[in-house]
Amino acid sequence: MKLLLHEFRAQQLLFWRNREAAFFTFLLPVIFFLVFGSIYGNSTITKEHLRAAPFLQAGMIGYGVASTAFAGLAISVVVRRESGVLKRVRGTPLPPAVYVLAVLLSTFVVFLIEATTIIVIGRVLFSVPLPDRLLSLFFALVIGSASFAALGLGLTGFVRSAEGSSAVINFVYLPMALISGTFFTPRDYPGFLRAIADVLPLTYFTKLLRNVMVRDHHLWSELGSLAVVALWGVIGAIAAVYRFRWQPRDG
Amino acid sequence: MSTIVVRDLVKSYGSNEALRGIGFTIEAGEVFGLLGPNGAGKTTTVEILEGYRKRDGGTVEVLGADPQTAGSAWREQVGFVLQSSSLYPNLSVSESLRLFAGYYAAPRDPDEVVELIGLDEKRDARARTLSGGQKRRLDLGLALVGDPTVLFLDEPTTGLDPGARRAAWDTVRGLRALGKTVLLTTHYLDEAEQLADRVAVLTRGEIVSEGTPAELTGGAVETEIRYRVGSDEVVERTSEPTRRLHELTGEALERGEELDALEVRRPTLEDVYLELTDE
Repeated sequence: MKLLLHEFRAQQLLFWRNREAAFFTFLLPVIFFLVFGSIYGNSTITKEHLRAAPFLQAGMIGYGVASTAFAGLAISVVVRRESGVLKRVRGTPLPPAVYVLAVLLSTFVVFLIEATTIIVIGRVLFSVPLPDRLLSLFFALVIGSASFAALGLGLTGFVRSAEGSSAVINFVYLPMALISGTFFTPRDYPGFLRAIADVLPLTYFTKLLRNVMVRDHHLWSELGSLAVVALWGVIGAIAAVYRFRWQPRDG
Repeated sequence: MSTIVVRDLVKSYGSNEALRGIGFTIEAGEVFGLLGPNGAGKTTTVEILEGYRKRDGGTVEVLGADPQTAGSAWREQVGFVLQSSSLYPNLSVSESLRLFAGYYAAPRDPDEVVELIGLDEKRDARARTLSGGQKRRLDLGLALVGDPTVLFLDEPTTGLDPGARRAAWDTVRGLRALGKTVLLTTHYLDEAEQLADRVAVLTRGEIVSEGTPAELTGGAVETEIRYRVGSDEVVERTSEPTRRLHELTGEALERGEELDALEVRRPTLEDVYLELTDE
């Protein structure tokens, strides 16, 4: 436990010190919320007579989990692996599970701060009411963060070099964020995009967030979406168990 | 009991036999040099001893344990410097040392380690801002902060400028004074000669010679005698230089000739090495 806390502190320091990564994973969803919220936050979604801002807010938290727990985590793990840092850590008495747990915990805390920031900005700038189902929201964030982190760790096994990691991971996560409807509702997408959206975990996580945050649903009334997100998480975890490496490619 | 025991160690990568049954032992407090050209199998050997690679055959013991199955109690006792620098670029020297010190049950004081590796003035500098030599010293510091009894140094000075190499040598000499058992790999002869108590020459997966640097250069290897006859240079190798030189000079005196450019050379470690590792 003491070791976990020791490593968690180091991981937090490392995350916030790495300015590029902190901007890319933490700040970008916040900035997108500010920009798009200003552009179309006040337009209405005709079908339900709801303002767009709350939808966008939930969508940007969905985008946040993809950028923080999935893309950001995967890139930093590949960079650490290829620079030999993971190999070195593996050579110390620190149990590998403690290291992985500290990294996951640190990622979750970053995502939690990000989600809170987006909620506060929504309240202050775009008059979005604070979410009522706080406990449901919290557990949704935990499950989403865990599933996307598992997917991110699983993906690292398929990325060969630190140089290529941003390219490969962005290639996966940016289209996913767009197709899953974190920015716009996928309802009006052409059929083939909707077909892709229908299998992506982020589609279900965003839907889950919107139902919990905007429509005040309980988490347990969203078991279908939750199951899809968790299933993807399990797939990611299996890939991580079989493909995760501590050593760089060439040694 | 020896600190490190290697017997009949075999390792292949596909059809490439990286290690063809090598063996050596290292005693407590000894600095042992594994010398060889690139691709000889040095890093493979060290990584098997560190527990990073699985061997195909033979026995390996480090501190009485098999590195392949040894646990965290064993890792408390063993420190590594990997072949390439592996640091968190955004942590300072003292933050890095403190982080790694926290992984060990009985670490050295990080402030003491900072002095030991000569980075006092850089203690608050981020690792990314350090020079190549300073990074290697921090690598060594991270290996030392757990206060290990055995240290593996895989080419600790490759790529350093001469000044930084000298500084690294001083640090390794300091390790001997601390009573550490050190396995050092290098492809620099002078480094092995300067630092190691005993040297094994590894080439193409086999140990071709082993002994103290003095043993390697003395004894078995022949002395070289060179001289010139007209425009031709004559090179002779002999294991009895005194007798051969006496014969040569005697004959020359009888003929009333001078042996032009006469030279008698005892082989340096470099000659021995080049001879041993020659294709």
